[in-house]
Amino acid sequence: MVTSTRESDWSEHVPLTRRSAVSRASLLRRLARHRTAMAGLVILAVMLAGGLVGPHLIARSPVEVDFNRVLQPPSRQHVFGTDNLGRDLFTRILYGTRVSFFIGVLAVVLSMALGVPVGLFSGYYGGRPDQFIQRMTDILLAFPGILLALTLISVLGIGIENVIVSVGVGAVPVYVRLVRGTVLTIRELDYVEAARAIGMSDRRIILRHVLPNALPPIIVQSTLQVGTAILLAAGLGFLGLGVQPPTPEWGTMIGEGQTYIFSSWYLEAFPGLATFLAVMAFNLLGDGLRDALDPRLTIL
Amino acid sequence: MQRSSFGHYILRRLWATLPTLLGVTLIIFFAIRLLPGDPARLVAGLLASPEEVERIRRTLGLDRPAVVQYFDFLLNLLRGDLGTSTVTRAPVLAEILQRMSFTAGLATASVTLAVLLGLTAGIISAVRHYSSLDYAVMAMALFGISIPVFWLGLMLMLLFAVKLHWVPAGGYSGPASLVLPAVTLAAFSQAIIARMTRSSMLESLRQDYVRTARAKGLPQRTVVVRHALKNAMIPVITVVGLQFGTLLGGAVLTETTFAWPGIGRLLVNAISSRDYPMIQGIVILFAVTFTLVNLAVDLLYGYVDPRIRLE
Repeated sequence: MVTSTRESDWSEHVPLTRRSAVSRASLLRRLARHRTAMAGLVILAVMLAGGLVGPHLIARSPVEVDFNRVLQPPSRQHVFGTDNLGRDLFTRILYGTRVSFFIGVLAVVLSMALGVPVGLFSGYYGGRPDQFIQRMTDILLAFPGILLALTLISVLGIGIENVIVSVGVGAVPVYVRLVRGTVLTIRELDYVEAARAIGMSDRRIILRHVLPNALPPIIVQSTLQVGTAILLAAGLGFLGLGVQPPTPEWGTMIGEGQTYIFSSWYLEAFPGLATFLAVMAFNLLGDGLRDALDPRLTIL
Repeated sequence: MQRSSFGHYILRRLWATLPTLLGVTLIIFFAIRLLPGDPARLVAGLLASPEEVERIRRTLGLDRPAVVQYFDFLLNLLRGDLGTSTVTRAPVLAEILQRMSFTAGLATASVTLAVLLGLTAGIISAVRHYSSLDYAVMAMALFGISIPVFWLGLMLMLLFAVKLHWVPAGGYSGPASLVLPAVTLAAFSQAIIARMTRSSMLESLRQDYVRTARAKGLPQRTVVVRHALKNAMIPVITVVGLQFGTLLGGAVLTETTFAWPGIGRLLVNAISSRDYPMIQGIVILFAVTFTLVNLAVDLLYGYVDPRIRLE
């Protein structure tokens, strides 16, 4: 996966950015100068605005069936055409933005909520619990690619909540590894030593010193991860194992349209394009954030 | 390093992966038993009598404690028995083996394609750093990691099969059928390999030994391939190993897109029909393959970088 190959960059040789080095203002300035990151941000803003406001401007329903307008190619009236049930594709894709972003963000929040504390604990305390956690992570990482999510979905059953859980849980080991690796370096630093010397409790050290300094890689990873989650959820939808129709999820729409690929190309082309744009925007933004948060790591 | 100690090393590493593999079987076995619904009822069908369901439950061994069932399952696994499909009633292993060559062929073609393309693109990009060629390669890589693999497949199918009729649209009807699925599946991995090769090459091109090689007047090609690339290979090899996992996962989507008769599609069908011995068998097979490939990759490090062998 993207994630597993990219996280290693951070844990291995990424220097920890001191707060003084990256003040919030200079961070934003660097980000604003990063043209591709800005492109990503603009795409995301437009899509999000379209998904949130669009449906209020368009009077059409994303699920209303109209058998008089079945499989119409793109026209002035239906810019992206209509599907096999006569539903306006553009409207469905707009609504789909909400669904996909919702799944992507929630899945990542779930992975973070589970993975970050475990990674903090594992990296800070070390010892046997750490070894145990790392072995567990090894086991979860032995499931290649989309497979962990597929296995979970086959257990939990289909539906939007289960898509979020499957995709989110699938990425937990990524966070455990990432955070643990970062913490291993941080806990050896002077300011952590100093905090310990003045008798600060472990809990306080972790929350006040370790976590804030471990944040940059977490932020970058999470941005990229939202894209990955959207991609995964769309994959599940395409297989018919994700969000169920008639909910307008992009992957599910592509799967449904596959039957008509020989006659109606637009059923596939547009939902896929939307997925592609969204994922690309998150990747652009993530790469830009990485550069902005750590100017020394501009290569990848 | 001596041959015998290397053999020893391989054995030790294999031994070390055992807990992981056991963990995988444990998770799948018990996760699948958490499934709502009664497997015996599912096998028997909706119209079967309670006695019939009970009989099937006993034949499947479902009336015994879960722990006993798990050890039975492990023993059978060691004997190469993955159970019987609840849908086709055929042995799971036989079904998997029958489709194995299709997935293996697809995976091999894709890995080869991804490595060739990714390496070449990454090297060119690093050597021509900040040129328009570099930007083009990086844009392609961004496309590769952002595009949904099944959508790319459909679009390629639309263009090359439906419009141009150059290749078959799906299914398997000879070597030409392999082209589109292989290209589709390779796209993502190719992009990751290109990015990693580029960054790793940029790093190694900055090193002193490269400057030395240049200073003594070696031709550019020798400097790049012999000195820079060789030293840039470790992270690239790691990524290739990890990409193999993505490929196995991606095969599920690609095979479904192209109606490719491989294991990935078998898995999707098994999930849809809740055929859990089949799901169990395939997921374990994929996880074991992935773990072993990464072990092989680890062992390859020693070949590429002799310094690592001694550790």
